[in-house]
Amino acid sequence: MKEYGRFLWRCFRLSFVGDWRYYSWMLLLTVVALFGLNAYANQFVHGLITTGMTDQVSWGLYISNFTYLVGMAAAAVMLVIPVYIYKNKDLHDLVIFGELFAVASIIMCMLFVTVDLGRPDRFLHLMRLNLPTSMLAWDVIVLNGYLFLNLHICGYLIFCSYKRRKPTRKFYIPFVFIAIVWAISIHTVTAFLLVGIGGRPFWNNPIIVPRFIASAFSAGPAFIILTLQVIRRSSSYKVTDEALGLLRTIVTIALTINQFLLISELFTELYANTAHSISLQYLLFGLGDKNDLVGWIWPAMIFNTIALVLLYIPRSTTMMRTNVACVLLIVGIWIEKGMGLIIPAFVPTPIGEVVEYTPTGNEILITLGIWATGLLIYTIFVRITIPVLSGELTYDRVYRTEEEVLPDPISHPKGE
Amino acid sequence: MSPQDNVSRRSFLRGSIGAAGGVAAVAAALSPLKDLDTSDFTMSHFLQKHYKEMSEEDMQEVLERIAKEVEKRHHLRPEVRDVKPMDGVEFAYALNLGKCIGCRKCVHACVAENNQSRSPEIQYIRVLEMPKGSIDVEKGNHHYDRPKVPDKDHFYMPIQCHQCADAPCVKVCPVEATWTEPDGITVVDYDWCIGCRYCEAACPYWARRFNFSEPEIPDKDINPNMAYLSNRPRHKGVMEKCTFCLHRTREGKMPACLEVCPVGARHFGDLADAKSEVSQILQKKRVFVLKEDVKTLPRFYYYFDEDYYVDEKEAR
Repeated sequence: MKEYGRFLWRCFRLSFVGDWRYYSWMLLLTVVALFGLNAYANQFVHGLITTGMTDQVSWGLYISNFTYLVGMAAAAVMLVIPVYIYKNKDLHDLVIFGELFAVASIIMCMLFVTVDLGRPDRFLHLMRLNLPTSMLAWDVIVLNGYLFLNLHICGYLIFCSYKRRKPTRKFYIPFVFIAIVWAISIHTVTAFLLVGIGGRPFWNNPIIVPRFIASAFSAGPAFIILTLQVIRRSSSYKVTDEALGLLRTIVTIALTINQFLLISELFTELYANTAHSISLQYLLFGLGDKNDLVGWIWPAMIFNTIALVLLYIPRSTTMMRTNVACVLLIVGIWIEKGMGLIIPAFVPTPIGEVVEYTPTGNEILITLGIWATGLLIYTIFVRITIPVLSGELTYDRVYRTEEEVLPDPISHPKGE
Repeated sequence: MSPQDNVSRRSFLRGSIGAAGGVAAVAAALSPLKDLDTSDFTMSHFLQKHYKEMSEEDMQEVLERIAKEVEKRHHLRPEVRDVKPMDGVEFAYALNLGKCIGCRKCVHACVAENNQSRSPEIQYIRVLEMPKGSIDVEKGNHHYDRPKVPDKDHFYMPIQCHQCADAPCVKVCPVEATWTEPDGITVVDYDWCIGCRYCEAACPYWARRFNFSEPEIPDKDINPNMAYLSNRPRHKGVMEKCTFCLHRTREGKMPACLEVCPVGARHFGDLADAKSEVSQILQKKRVFVLKEDVKTLPRFYYYFDEDYYVDEKEAR
């Protein structure tokens, strides 16, 4: 136990050590996070009136980012399955970066839900969950469970590597397999949360659940590809072409399925053209002069289509096209599965009023602040993990940070 | 500290200076909190139990605290009670669309009765101006503004909480802060709600409202006859909704929206009593419920009576 405390202490110290690129990246994230904190303090005092949300559109940017990030968290399983079920060697030492990203994503999810609450000070009321009927109550359980599973798995494996000890299988393998099922469950429950609402036809549609998973399994691994590209270029850590190639294949297949499901959805809604397709019409074409989302959803669909085409062209040695495709689809799916999935369900309201939603500056600052916090956490995780896993930082070794080549800034997944 | 850590000491010190600066920056970031109204964050609020788990003594204490809060804020002593449902009663509402003239008097009487925020104003009832020949709400005009109502080419459809028997808002609440009472009224415990607004998303009748900011009510407009589950003043960050004026109706009175209606379009009563007016209407008139396809089993019925205002004179 004392040993573990010392390990955490050394990790903590290590997170403050780096070259100028590391410092400027961390400084940038810290500044954005602090602006976000300031904006949240403002919201906490004055209430959610500081956001663009109304009784008509009662969920906005926060829940949009929440649903997107649940997907990013679940996507770690796309590295876990090849490694632990198909015994893939290339991804073996990389799977931990996926799991760590899951931890960072879940923390961001929880922050997004918390800032969306009118009374976050009543968090203890969550001890009295309305089970089994409320999907949001289930979501609280599955998200916390997934967080602890991944914290345990990552913490244990990294600590073992630090101790230069072979991990004992029974201490982590069962949890890895539980986490595989659990990852699917966090995404499924979050989708159920929306599709279970009978009064909003835009959500009350079973295809949303598989589409949720397909889009998550393309955007999540795409983010991991970009992270690994950065790690590969800026540290001595070994990332093979085969590993990136396999992830690329996973992204390609998942995105293909996502686009196919999208076409099915568009056809069903637009061909039948019943009263239930009105929210989709608002999203795609606008209703009269109310068309705020049209300028977002078309670029998103175009980005995803271009990404798909790029991924079907055989990859080059530098994987430049793959990188571009990853950025495009991360942004495209962020729009499609965030604002594009949440906002239209509220337009028009169930009794036919058309009110649009525009996030306020304060709301955007809070959102950016949470992203910065999440990336800060992830950067620290990666910063610590690389020297530990490569055997440069162990319990019996001095770690010479000054000579280390440090990880580069990780690109912003929102692509702003 | 062991020698092996000395190597990074210099850079760590640099980090420590940064950390000190960080603490200052966090303090600066949190500075808006100095304007926080902490009256709603007391230990007594924090430790308060769920409505269904409070003993009678607990409830008395809470009611007394609420009365004091209102007194402090609005300078008048209210009567705050916990009005319980009557045995064997199931409330229902019937609204005669043939008579409603769209004057919105019900909307404003409701706000006055139930101590809703006046700024921004929260209204439980929304009246739609509908073209004749359709009950599709998407064809309704929510913001009609005529010098004189009714308009002869339209009819008027007020919508408020339908007090569903299978209420989706109750089903989705993660913390059971909202539930349906034995007399069929869906209520909110404003002291338990965490403000996630999932119920607002789930309601097919757009009947729930959220306090986006701290409600403002002029002292002179406070209705001092208050109940825990209905019209006591709310704070920011929680949901609220129509409760069929349970502080009135559970004591044999009519809801405020009904009393104020100038044309007698509104009828309210006990479904369990076959002789009540509302039971008679359900038996004798051709009633319907809005959006029957969502199957939430509303206790709010609409009907068109024969004396539909065809005649211009009657319309005034």
